[in-house]
Amino acid sequence: MKKFIIYSLVIVIAICALLPFFWMISASLMPNGAASVYPPRFIPEHVTFEQYKSLFTRLNLTRFLLNSLIISVGVTVCSLLLNSMAGYAFAKHRFAGKKSLFKLLLSSMIIPGQVTMLPVFLMLKNMGLINTYFAIIIPGMASIFGIFLIRQFAYSIPDSLIEAAKIDGASEFQIYSRIIIPLCKPILVTLGIFTFMGTWNDFLWPLIVMTDSSMYTMPVALANLMGEHAQDTELMMAGSVVTIIPVLLVFLVLQKYYIKGIMMGSVKG
Amino acid sequence: MKRDNSNLTMLLFFVAPSLAVILVFFFLPVLAALVMSFTDFDIYSLGNFSYVRFVGFDNYIKLFGNPTFWLSLKNTFYFVIIGGPLSVMVSLSAALLLNSKVVKLKGLFRLTYFLPVVTTLVAVAIVWRFIYHPHYGMLNYLLGFVGIHEIDWLGDPKFSMPAIIIMAVWKNFGYNMIIFIAGLQNIPEYLYEAAVMEGANEWQQFKKITIPMLAPTTLFISVITMIGYFQLFAEPYVMTQGGPLNSTLSIVLYMYQEGFRWWNMGYSTALAFALFLIILAATLIQFKLQKETED
Repeated sequence: MKKFIIYSLVIVIAICALLPFFWMISASLMPNGAASVYPPRFIPEHVTFEQYKSLFTRLNLTRFLLNSLIISVGVTVCSLLLNSMAGYAFAKHRFAGKKSLFKLLLSSMIIPGQVTMLPVFLMLKNMGLINTYFAIIIPGMASIFGIFLIRQFAYSIPDSLIEAAKIDGASEFQIYSRIIIPLCKPILVTLGIFTFMGTWNDFLWPLIVMTDSSMYTMPVALANLMGEHAQDTELMMAGSVVTIIPVLLVFLVLQKYYIKGIMMGSVKG
Repeated sequence: MKRDNSNLTMLLFFVAPSLAVILVFFFLPVLAALVMSFTDFDIYSLGNFSYVRFVGFDNYIKLFGNPTFWLSLKNTFYFVIIGGPLSVMVSLSAALLLNSKVVKLKGLFRLTYFLPVVTTLVAVAIVWRFIYHPHYGMLNYLLGFVGIHEIDWLGDPKFSMPAIIIMAVWKNFGYNMIIFIAGLQNIPEYLYEAAVMEGANEWQQFKKITIPMLAPTTLFISVITMIGYFQLFAEPYVMTQGGPLNSTLSIVLYMYQEGFRWWNMGYSTALAFALFLIILAATLIQFKLQKETED
């Protein structure tokens, strides 16, 4: 009896989690107007790809997908490099004021990002970087959270390994690139997924710095499309599917690392 | 081990790039925002910075005298106070269910529950907008079976915020669930075994072992959930534009409108700082409450 109740609850929650996705995909395969009927139709009567076709031909979605891809990959690559260097130094180097600097960084994480948005916008505007990929990539090149995550991981690398390399005559950079980076691979993958997905899904900042419609990222383009095509349910569902697929793929392939990362981030103690 | 000058060079090489980015794009802008909040920075100053004047606490005074600000504050608190705990409770329930010994295929269910977390907020907000459609929406259709008829979820100021809360809980519960599962698995098995030997039933075990042992996890989850929920933006932006009758206008949405639609940048930064202070105060209160219950 208890088993029955638990299983029914587990399945009901699973259905709740999946139903919106199911309906989204189903409606995206319907012809215009077929999703706006009563009672709602859960399965398309005739499967059609016309919504996807008009997204890519008439509405130029390829451009926005490309924008999102360039920005997300750019931020991910740059931030992995910079954060891993700093995270390694904070974990394994001794220097004056290290502890207090690290504490300052951590405690400033409570300041909400929205506080900085107007000044950063003005700065980028004066540098002529509004409506360029750099407006998102440059501010995203380093993050306190990323440095923290890598420091926690690099901390557990034995000092003896580094000392041995030094005795063998390895330079600091060689130690970083030949020892630290390979050993930190799992956490780098984790941070990479976090960064990629976070950048892909971000809405507020791209909305602010990409005012020219040719520079929109997928979420901004989608929200904008919503303004014009609020009544075209089937088209909007297809747009949502296309927006979600890349992050979903990254997640499904690398979910093990992602889930581990959440658990690691939560053991701050 | 000898530490020579090359150490300093290497240090600059490793640490300086990221610290420079964080300094230029985070710490300095925070200070700049603080200064801006005491000026009348607006659309005219945007073209020529020499138009900017210091106005003291004028922006903050204007803020506190503005009913729209108080309304956005009320809406945000509504979302945080109802949505936050609801979200945490659903996460905990899901974690307890999936942690139960009788459930098979745990990995599959965990993955399923987690899908909403990784998907793009704007996309799912659009999907939910249609789910909430008063005539053709799935939710009203399903509610029809239990005799509830035609709720105008996003068009009625009474239901607009609950609608946003339901969607937010759906979107977020999987994330905290993962952290709760990790916390549950850290509770040593022998505690439960000892309790069973002393004849404690499941509810007593939950109250006397699970809840106290989970307390640090719960505090962490409550704080990050609360901080995140105070920053409500994309859901109302996409689903309601803050309406109807400003019933879903959040602080960040109001800040965005003032700053980037009307270019009242001095006023908008004052709003941002008000948000920061509220988050800071709320976090400190949560830590304090936690300490008191522990003592």
